[in-house]
Amino acid sequence: MEQVLANISVLAAMPIFNLGLLIDGLLVGSIFALAAYGLALVWGVMNVKNLAQGDFIMIGGYIAWSLGRHGIDPLLGIPVAIVVLWGIGWALYRTVISKVITRDLFTSLLATFGIAIVIQQGLNLAFGPDTQSANADLPTLSFAGELITIAAARVVGFVFAILIAVAVILFMKKSRMGQAIRATAQDARAARVLGIDTEKVYSFTFCLNAAICGAAGVLVAVVWNVQPFLGTTYSIRLFVIVTAAGFGNLPGVIAAGFGMGVFEQFGGFVLGAQFQQALIVLLLLAVLAVRQLQQLRVRQAVQ
Amino acid sequence: MNRTPLHPLTIGVLLLAGIAAPLLFPAYTNQAAVLWLMIVFASTWDILGGQMGYNSLGNIFFFGAGMYTSAVVQIGLFYDVGMYTSGARTTHIVFTTAQYFSGFALGTIAGGIGAAALALVTSWIVFGLRGPYFAIGTLGVAVAGAELIASWEWLGAAAGISMPVFPGAPETQKLFFYFLLFGLAFVVLIFLRWLYSTNFGLAINAIRDDEEKAEAMGLYTRRYKRVAWSISAFFLGIAGAIFGNMTGFIEPRDIAFPTTTFNIFMILMVLLGGKGTFWGPVVGAIVFDVIKEVTWTYFLGWQFVTLGLLIVIIVVYFQQGIVGWLMEKYPARFGIRVAPKQSDQYARGLGLAPHPEVAE
Repeated sequence: MEQVLANISVLAAMPIFNLGLLIDGLLVGSIFALAAYGLALVWGVMNVKNLAQGDFIMIGGYIAWSLGRHGIDPLLGIPVAIVVLWGIGWALYRTVISKVITRDLFTSLLATFGIAIVIQQGLNLAFGPDTQSANADLPTLSFAGELITIAAARVVGFVFAILIAVAVILFMKKSRMGQAIRATAQDARAARVLGIDTEKVYSFTFCLNAAICGAAGVLVAVVWNVQPFLGTTYSIRLFVIVTAAGFGNLPGVIAAGFGMGVFEQFGGFVLGAQFQQALIVLLLLAVLAVRQLQQLRVRQAVQ
Repeated sequence: MNRTPLHPLTIGVLLLAGIAAPLLFPAYTNQAAVLWLMIVFASTWDILGGQMGYNSLGNIFFFGAGMYTSAVVQIGLFYDVGMYTSGARTTHIVFTTAQYFSGFALGTIAGGIGAAALALVTSWIVFGLRGPYFAIGTLGVAVAGAELIASWEWLGAAAGISMPVFPGAPETQKLFFYFLLFGLAFVVLIFLRWLYSTNFGLAINAIRDDEEKAEAMGLYTRRYKRVAWSISAFFLGIAGAIFGNMTGFIEPRDIAFPTTTFNIFMILMVLLGGKGTFWGPVVGAIVFDVIKEVTWTYFLGWQFVTLGLLIVIIVVYFQQGIVGWLMEKYPARFGIRVAPKQSDQYARGLGLAPHPEVAE
């Protein structure tokens, strides 16, 4: 408790620290925003809540780490991860997801939870339970007389996250497939009537989401570290972001992603890193409680 | 729903199986005890998941809560809890036989009541949520519980607590805990059978079928949901208290709040056996436990991969469950009368009854 108060007083006494944490938070928040966008996409288009989202990220991370171990720049893992996860996404869609789309939501939740366990344990068997990090040999930049230090890896991660997000958003806005996806999200039945092959749209959306996660995973491995069981924490984080923003609200999802990054940086600084998971879970409960109060005003439940 | 009480013969078979099992197979007493625990898990999960239509991913919270409540009561009656948890690994603290059993009895009751009270508290957080939000919210409650205790020094934090040692021979201890868990499962089954035959059972079924309509008909749904959640929590709390003493050592993440093992087992067992049926959870628990023991023995290292695959397969391909499938296949055996289809009646009237194999 004294430690917490001491940390808060440090923040109050040295405003420049706040700036450092804020920048750090925004840089890492970009990666959350990217992966949360993928979750919101699948959620909105297919009404599937993918609990294996964080584990897709971990697969991408392990791809970057394996490349780095063989002397290849981990950032080159982005295209590799995109291709590999596209394939994994397609296989999962064919065997599992396509069969749960029309069923009730708990079914898809539980099915993706099962997938998450398989991926976690598979990664654990393949790579062992140790925490790994793909080192991209980037320097640490410092400003304001060493008071603000920013790892260049985070800046690189930020730039790539923005680039990928812009590419995906442009694709959704301009391409024929993007149009079809948006149409299906609005009204799947009408889209079918107008000749859109919704089955293809669903399969494409799920693969696209897996690929986005793969790319985000590479960035996660470069910026922080990967571990087989960290996936669940990411899934909860992304779920918090999308629930807080509402899945139809794209700018909201991105803003909430950045907010999550900032929240974690400050929370981690004040309380200590061991409370990271507890903080995210408490934030989840808080977001759900606030959503309930909002819905209560219009006499509805959160569903 | 079924308004008939359990047939005396069924009760007799149940009692006989429970009492004979440890005498016939003394080597498997612990496994059999865990099997009864699994039946408690599945049957109590089904109160909400099957009968009320609220799929919880966090029922394990009450198991852990009961376990820790009982530990605090058992230790706190005779020693200072903070001192015990900090020094239990260096000094040997002895409980006399009288202390052990009185503490255990009080602790178990406190575990059940404490868990039910926590259910009332958490119901404020989770019951405004529906469907997947409810599932995620309850999972959040369970993970938060584990994290809270893991950072609470007074309760031994992540290192856990060594429970008081059973005053007696290991064989007696095994039988003692076996019969406690069997007794609990027996009471749970009898109680639930009675519960589902009352208007309360009808009310929670109505909530499952259409909550808005149930509310419009004048059911105070929130109260029913809270009571159902507390009943489930009460039995899970007692189960947690007994199981904590049975293992002799409790710890937050893997024993008290195991969100990826026991917590998921509950749901799987119910889905495997048949959701919303009385015997489904029991059948599912038995089948699942046998599968689990076999995979844990022969595929060691791969057991969790198998578990994940099992979840996917059951959820995607076999969701009606064993009992559900039997009910569909032989409805007459379950006292369900199926009216012949309109088209069939019409065809018979014209003397054009379709071939039985075609008439699906």
